Amino acid sequence: MGKRSVQLDELISQEYRHGFYTPLDVDAVPRGLSEDVIRLISAKKQEPAFMLEWRLKAFRHWLTMTEPRWATVRHPPIDYQDIVYYSAPRAKTDGPKSLDEVDPELLRTYEKLGVPLAERELLAGVAVDAVFDSVSVATTFKEKLGAMGIIFCSFSEAVQNHPDLVQEYLGSVVPYTDNFFATLNSAVFSDGSFCYIPPGVRCPMELSTYFRINAKNTGQFERTLIIADRGAYVSYLEGCTAPMRDENQLHAAVVELIAREGAEIKYSTVQNWYPGDKDGKGGIYNFVTKRGDCREANSKISWTQVETGSAITWKYPSVILRGDNSVGEFHSVALTNHWQQADTGTKMIHVGRNTRSTILSKGISAGHGSNAYRGLVKVAKSAAGARNYTQCDSLLLGDRCAAHTFPYIEVKNPTARVEHEASTSRIGEDQLFYCQSRGISAEDAVSLIVSGFCKEVFRQLPMEFAVEAQKLLGVSLEGSIG
Amino acid sequence: MLEIRNLHATVDDKPILRGVDLDVRAGEVHAIMGPNGSGKSTLAHVLAGREGYVVTQGEIRYLGRDLLALAPEDRAREGIFLAFQYPVEIPGVANIYLLKAALNALRRHRGEAELDAVDFLSLVKAKLRLMEMDEALLYRAVNEGFSGGEKKRNEVLQMAVLEPRLAILDETDSGLDIDALKVVAKGVNAMRSAARAMILVTHYQRLLDHIRPDRVHVLAQGRIALSGGPELAQELESRGYGWVEAEARQPQAGVAGGQA
Amino acid sequence: MRIGPDEPCVPGLLSAYPSLAARLPGAALPWLRRRRDAAIERLAARGLPTTRDEDWKYTSVAAIARRAFGVECEAVALDEVRAMVQRHAIGGTRRLVFVDGRLVAGLSDAGRLPAGARVESLATIADEGGGDAEEWFADGADGADGFGLANEALWRDGAWIDLAPGVELDAPVHLLFVTTRSDLAVFPRNLIRVGAGARATVIEHHVGPDGAGYLSDTVTRIVLGRGARIAHTKLQQEGRKGFHVADVAAEQGQDSAFVSHAFAFGGQLARAAIATRLGAEGCEARLSGLYVGSARQHIDHHTCIDHARPRGTSRELYKGVLDEAARAVFNGRVIVRPDAQRSDALQSNRNLLLSEEAEVDTKPQLEIWADDVKCAHGATVGQLDADQLHYLRARGIGESDARALLIRAFAADALAGIEHGPLRARLESLLPGALPEAV
Repeated sequence: MGKRSVQLDELISQEYRHGFYTPLDVDAVPRGLSEDVIRLISAKKQEPAFMLEWRLKAFRHWLTMTEPRWATVRHPPIDYQDIVYYSAPRAKTDGPKSLDEVDPELLRTYEKLGVPLAERELLAGVAVDAVFDSVSVATTFKEKLGAMGIIFCSFSEAVQNHPDLVQEYLGSVVPYTDNFFATLNSAVFSDGSFCYIPPGVRCPMELSTYFRINAKNTGQFERTLIIADRGAYVSYLEGCTAPMRDENQLHAAVVELIAREGAEIKYSTVQNWYPGDKDGKGGIYNFVTKRGDCREANSKISWTQVETGSAITWKYPSVILRGDNSVGEFHSVALTNHWQQADTGTKMIHVGRNTRSTILSKGISAGHGSNAYRGLVKVAKSAAGARNYTQCDSLLLGDRCAAHTFPYIEVKNPTARVEHEASTSRIGEDQLFYCQSRGISAEDAVSLIVSGFCKEVFRQLPMEFAVEAQKLLGVSLEGSIG
Repeated sequence: MLEIRNLHATVDDKPILRGVDLDVRAGEVHAIMGPNGSGKSTLAHVLAGREGYVVTQGEIRYLGRDLLALAPEDRAREGIFLAFQYPVEIPGVANIYLLKAALNALRRHRGEAELDAVDFLSLVKAKLRLMEMDEALLYRAVNEGFSGGEKKRNEVLQMAVLEPRLAILDETDSGLDIDALKVVAKGVNAMRSAARAMILVTHYQRLLDHIRPDRVHVLAQGRIALSGGPELAQELESRGYGWVEAEARQPQAGVAGGQA
Repeated sequence: MRIGPDEPCVPGLLSAYPSLAARLPGAALPWLRRRRDAAIERLAARGLPTTRDEDWKYTSVAAIARRAFGVECEAVALDEVRAMVQRHAIGGTRRLVFVDGRLVAGLSDAGRLPAGARVESLATIADEGGGDAEEWFADGADGADGFGLANEALWRDGAWIDLAPGVELDAPVHLLFVTTRSDLAVFPRNLIRVGAGARATVIEHHVGPDGAGYLSDTVTRIVLGRGARIAHTKLQQEGRKGFHVADVAAEQGQDSAFVSHAFAFGGQLARAAIATRLGAEGCEARLSGLYVGSARQHIDHHTCIDHARPRGTSRELYKGVLDEAARAVFNGRVIVRPDAQRSDALQSNRNLLLSEEAEVDTKPQLEIWADDVKCAHGATVGQLDADQLHYLRARGIGESDARALLIRAFAADALAGIEHGPLRARLESLLPGALPEAV
């Protein structure tokens, strides 16, 4: 027992792999937040009037709000006036026209991260809209997608080129009044991704974005908006790593998904931001609002997430099942070690008839990590025939970690069937022993068992992402999960 | 006793039965065989009145009456018994309670007096012996935690207690080892009588080694493709279902061609 | 629903207190008076809980806050009370009857008690000086909500059950609380101490007339010594317009067993908090419950099982049957503290919705701070099983009989472990659904 714990400690105390910092020329707005700062951000981005108005409405509303306190996360108070709300890599001209124009330092950064951006990545079939700090610097595949009528660009470009779509859908799933962090995001968001799939089009490739937090003390406020029109399909990948910094960094993104009749959106995330060091110093505060709207009949939205990074993760990717027969899914792996805290889960709001949702959550706690599943399954009176199945499993590695489960189930229709199951257990001695008796080392055995524990979720990820997800678990658990 | 005419039925809007015709007279034992997905169990469920099995065409007459107009419980009270392929577990309801409630519902329907506890228990015990079942099973919740074999025996026990006019056994042989199969067959054979008809729904011929049917029908593509005597079962055992299916498909193709 | 400061309930209680204080039991005990005063102060500051308190998220007590309740007991119609006591009496028990919050000796009979057992009125104990009870007579109540505070300040009576080590009570103690009048608030408080190795069965039974809008705000504290065992059955049959707010909390000693059954049938708004702390090694806790709601009843159960020390085992099963426009809330909290290795906790909540208007909000929650544990919970909400219904009908049982039978079978689970025959028979007669014909 004692011996095994030592080995476990060793392998869960591995250091963050993506910790480096790129010195870059930064074009930043002064520290702090005021209407002037918001006007400045909007002006720098040359936004139409409706955007500025929307930002200001959000800001004024935000001033009336207080930080949420209900999550089981603890952090020192955040000084919102000590944050730089906008920074962009300095443009040489009006913006890079090709990769040659991109700051070579930046390209090297992507290379270290393994972001598939250069020509050879075309073959990998990945279109990347890379967000470096707050502004998109390069986008590939645009022409090929454009020929199919698919719009995939930075949010700023969408505001310039497709203001009608932005105005119609922005805030239609996550209104600017939604919650403290989403409202802040609405006021100050700098950039993000925009995606529109026209009726009947199946997007032929996985769309992908790599986020990266870099400049010191720069809050990241991305905004993503994905619309799948009638009968459309898109799979979207979001991956994150961040360089090592001493000070906590706030990240408050908003993702809105809209699926119209018969449309399907798959949204997959691998989140590996800097979690802080093994003493709990530093790390990203990841306060994200993600919500999908199955707006019309027979639509489907599925969220898959692998959360291994950040000092604090606070996110509840949700689905509003408005259309009849619509389907919502949430598959999650959340791993916390050292002093990481995760409070994550989902909300499935059943409104339409015969709507179905599935929740599969796998939490792994190690070290002093704290991992909470918080979920809401709500069946409105109108949701006749609604079905939900929820399974939440927690795995404990070490005796100072914590695992919590807070499922809220609200049912107002008698024809609904809602099932929730949860279990918490520590890694099985007998499983470990079995592996070891077959000649597998303790650390390999732990990796093996953890990866088996997460398999059902990994299966939901696109192939290349599944591989990366396995690797990310390895950062915490062991280098060579096989 | 039972006349099925041009029966069409759908499940979840998928057509499963596409024109079944069948006549079963008192005293006869019919076997309905067929490959998986041919509609055998659907036919059994339609006869018992399971919700979700929608008859779109045709009719079923039972003792001269329109069977489809009857609720499931009324069919049972009129003497139809379905031994379920997958007997349902009902936690909290004792097996013996179900037996007595069912028997008394039947007797009330026939205008007979309800059995008192003593008579009922001696009746049930006699049938238990026939089915070689442990008395303890009577006091457990219906089918809860029963083994596959125990569940099937329990179905035949209910049949023995309720003494139906028309018994339909839906894959009662599946999942049974040879000893259990013999016990079940013994129970069924003991119930054969001139007044009672039986329909055995089965995929395999082996049940028919123990319960010899008067007629054998092969269901394929949702209709009865072939009928014959007990020797037909032997032939199916050696040749499989492929040839029957192939024959069943042909006339349909012809019809489709005609429509086009 | 917001509860404004000008709602009459709390101000009414506050203003009744000064003139009442000198007449409350134990008024001569300074420490007790200090507790009451402190509770009143905190009640004034805190008021009643609102739906913004996480523990009251799904239960609005606005209907209570809006009413002014009197706290003075007036004369009661003894014949009516007698009839009520007769109707609710349970055979083979030692009975204490409390009417409008106070013990009525003439209706009570605790029988002959073994040496070392005391079953008395708490008011009597307080007036006699409180015995050695100061430290557990009332909890510190810092975390108590408005209802707990009101009880602590205003309680007038309740049961005092004190069993010396090794004492075993052969017959259950039946505590029958009868509230007779509309607009009356009663605050029963029960203290139960079961010494090392002692055993007791206690039935806490709340009843009232259907037409009366009263408030029964009760607190029960249970302390279990090493190896002690209590079976505590809470049977809530308040009148259909009554308000019921109860708080039962146990503190368990080593290897002790807390067996709790909670049955909720009555009240327009009924809330029961049942908590136990497995405060030493090797404790066992078994909690089961059944709530049955119809009309516009609102029934809330909050349970908390706190595994504070190693090797504790807990099992919890709560079932609900909701018809018409009834609404049920279940919040089951299981905590495993950092030191509580080798804890084993299972929890389940199952709900049956029988009508379009019925609602359930359930929140089974696990908070685990130790790694060597086995914990699982589950919750379901649904209708009667269509396959079971069909199976019964295919055996000739009519649809409405089959439904009644399945409802009954679903609910009857909650009776498991009820050992006292007459209590069991009473509960069986109260179960929803029916056995269409007796076997």
